[in-house]
Amino acid sequence: MSGRGRLRLPVLGVQIGILVVVIGFWELGRRVTVGEDRFLVDPFFWSRPSRILARDLQWLQDGTIARNAGVTLYEAAAAFVLGVAAGVVVGFLLGRSDFWARVFSPYIQVANALPRLIFAPILILIFGLDERSKIALGFSLVFFIVFFNAFQGVRDVDRNVLNNARMLGAGEGQLTRHVLLPSAMSWILTSLHTSVGFAMVGAVVGEFIGASRGLGYVIARADGNLDATGVWAGMAVLCVVVVVVELAITRIESRLVRWKPQPAGELLAA
Amino acid sequence: MAGGGTAVQLEAVGLRYGSFPALEDITFSVPEGQFLAVVGPTGCGKSSVLNLVAGLAPASSGRVSTGGRPVSGVNRDAAYMFQADALLPWKSVLENVLLGPLLRGASRAQATGLALDWLGRVGMHGMDQRYPHQLSGGQRKRVAMAQVLVNRLPILLMDEPFSALDAQTRALMEQELLGLWQELGATVLFVTHDLEEAIALSDRVILFTSGPRAAIKGDYEVPLPRPRNVVEARFMPGFNEVYERVWADLRDEVMAGYARQRSEAAR
Repeated sequence: MSGRGRLRLPVLGVQIGILVVVIGFWELGRRVTVGEDRFLVDPFFWSRPSRILARDLQWLQDGTIARNAGVTLYEAAAAFVLGVAAGVVVGFLLGRSDFWARVFSPYIQVANALPRLIFAPILILIFGLDERSKIALGFSLVFFIVFFNAFQGVRDVDRNVLNNARMLGAGEGQLTRHVLLPSAMSWILTSLHTSVGFAMVGAVVGEFIGASRGLGYVIARADGNLDATGVWAGMAVLCVVVVVVELAITRIESRLVRWKPQPAGELLAA
Repeated sequence: MAGGGTAVQLEAVGLRYGSFPALEDITFSVPEGQFLAVVGPTGCGKSSVLNLVAGLAPASSGRVSTGGRPVSGVNRDAAYMFQADALLPWKSVLENVLLGPLLRGASRAQATGLALDWLGRVGMHGMDQRYPHQLSGGQRKRVAMAQVLVNRLPILLMDEPFSALDAQTRALMEQELLGLWQELGATVLFVTHDLEEAIALSDRVILFTSGPRAAIKGDYEVPLPRPRNVVEARFMPGFNEVYERVWADLRDEVMAGYARQRSEAAR
């Protein structure tokens, strides 16, 4: 703890330094030509941070961001909620039953090994161009992550704790409530971080392939117009949205797992 | 101590794990209110005996009964203090202790009252909102003790409960256990590999042979007066006598177990 406190300022300093160097290189790199007529950083592909920022500000004013980010967030949130709910329930049921876990094991492995983004076009055929196809795609991504974690969480229960609760008088239902759920909770919560990311991936990729609204659509449209600034500006918005959502999840997580000791090296999470 | 009946009875009990015969032909009974210590070499199946009485492991043959009723499924008359930490890490100290009464049908208010009372008795007053990971090893054992005693069950099973503690904390906890036991009048089955601890605490010591097919090697009365001070008991006349008798038998078993391990390792 004290070590982390002491390192805080130097770490922040270097982080800001890296940002300044990268953005500066990006911004100024077009002034350096290499060879005959080539830029070190070609603005045709990479645009420029100042232009991207200007585009984002313009979008902020004309409502492009509000309109499209709202759609994407809605799709991601729906995929996330449905995927988590289904993953937890199925993970629990299979985690509790050796028989059914064995029966479904090969199917689940195959389904998980498939790159499910491939299904995006089919899902758009099935559910149409509107939000439902994106929710379905996000769901197919989120479900498996949460499922595997919930399953493992139930399997991973400490046998001593389980037996202790039994001896204290817990029946099956009470074991689920007092032991299995809380034990699986830390696994499930860990998976939520990844799941949020994948819910966004589902929404954006779905929009990218076929939609009339959403951040993915904005990026795809800019891409179609060979408008690099638009592509980067869309990605910047996406970054901000994902970071905000991640922070919210971290807040919820720290409230739900108060009982856990703080891990010593949570380096990447801070 | 209460009653005069038999609290725990094992008749020709055998236990196998798959094809591994852990226990064979175990017969003994424990009168109500007795403090029985179970000792034996490592891996002799001492803990298995507790699991049988607890109903966590069904006997492969023979009969196990408590209070005159055969044990089938989890034994509702037995409290079990495990060797490893078995507190529910996601519950606060208070929630851990009130869980037992709550599961057995007490109202939340009743359970909370009982839990606070017992936390006070084990010296954990004012720590009720902590989580297990915030406690020391000794404090966790205190909470575990409150957790198993709060249900006031007639049979108390303890599996090397203090083996992870340092010597001073351990003596302190042993003394407190004796005090609480005399107050409750429960029948105790206390598994330990520490002969001194066994004799200082108990009315009677049962010695198991080394496994597999562990059986009872000896059964010794401990003629020390009650109430007892666990540290002073070690210097009382009679302590050494029992110690020597049990040790003479235990040594044979330890050597036998050691020889078996060596021959297995050599194979």
